Amino acid sequence: MAGVAELMGAAGMTLAAGGELEIPQIDEFLPPEILFAGTPFAMNRIILIRVVMTVIMLLILGISASRAKLIPGRWQGFVEWGIEYVRDKIVYEVMGELRGKRYVPMICTIFFTIFFFNLCGIIPGMNVAATATIMMPLIFAAWTFVQYWIAACREQGLISYLKQECTPPGVPFPVLILLVPMQLIDILIIRPASLTLRLLANMIAGHLIVALCFSATQFFLIVTENKMMMAAGVVTFVGGFVMTLFEAFVAYLQAFIFATLSTVYINMSYPEED
Amino acid sequence: MDLITLAQVTGNLSAIGYGLAAIGPGIGVGIVFGKAIEATARQPELGGRIQTLMWIGFGLIEFLALLGFISGFIFTA
Repeated sequence: MAGVAELMGAAGMTLAAGGELEIPQIDEFLPPEILFAGTPFAMNRIILIRVVMTVIMLLILGISASRAKLIPGRWQGFVEWGIEYVRDKIVYEVMGELRGKRYVPMICTIFFTIFFFNLCGIIPGMNVAATATIMMPLIFAAWTFVQYWIAACREQGLISYLKQECTPPGVPFPVLILLVPMQLIDILIIRPASLTLRLLANMIAGHLIVALCFSATQFFLIVTENKMMMAAGVVTFVGGFVMTLFEAFVAYLQAFIFATLSTVYINMSYPEED
Repeated sequence: MDLITLAQVTGNLSAIGYGLAAIGPGIGVGIVFGKAIEATARQPELGGRIQTLMWIGFGLIEFLALLGFISGFIFTA
């Protein structure tokens, strides 16, 4: 059993090697550096997964794009369906075609990168979502943040944007004393922070719950001598598979929510009209 | 365990804390989805738009539950 435990340990799974239930901890998201240690380019497992996944994604999309034909085949139709889904259901749905055209490439990049990176969490051998450390969600949130401030400055000017966000029409003066700081905090901190934390916490929680299910399975079925515990082991084993499927759904859902909210925030920078 | 102690609990209370923190967002998510279904049933032609709004609201509510999850790690470290 020690061999299997070591193998699984090398593959990034937490399994109980000793006699007690090993509960997955937060340290799992800070694995030791394995490549180029000591240099500024030091890599750990999660960064390596990101690089591998980026290469895979670029290869898939690049090859599909270079072989694109006027009459799409089955594969090209599939890839185009994915991109059209982002374009029509996320960007044009929120912004409309006129405004949205400029942001389709950005939202497509965000959606597909987050989706593929999230999927790493359920691919055997990778087993940890590449978005499960704070840098990756932070980068995307910063990108959105910069984009909606740029859009505000370009479309209506900074002063007009701040006026629109901080002082909604019809609000009496005493309320403004409360409202203005709240709105400022919202557009400066809460929006990017909530984008970052939502994605990060979802991926951490998903990984921990799947790891806990299989760790408990191993504990109940193999480590403990008590045969009464077998039933609990079967439950956690099935639960692990169910949670893995749920993670696949969450991977898509979080990519969708991140892309939709990015679009909504950018759209809010445009002047209101009616 | 001595004679007077009949039952004891070991471990961390933060698990219960997170359970409490998840009640509110649970109710909120239920309301969001229920109302979205109701609205779509009344006006099916607005389904796409309602769905987008529903996911935005879902994202905001879910964030509250995740704050509870994260604060467990932050305040014990």
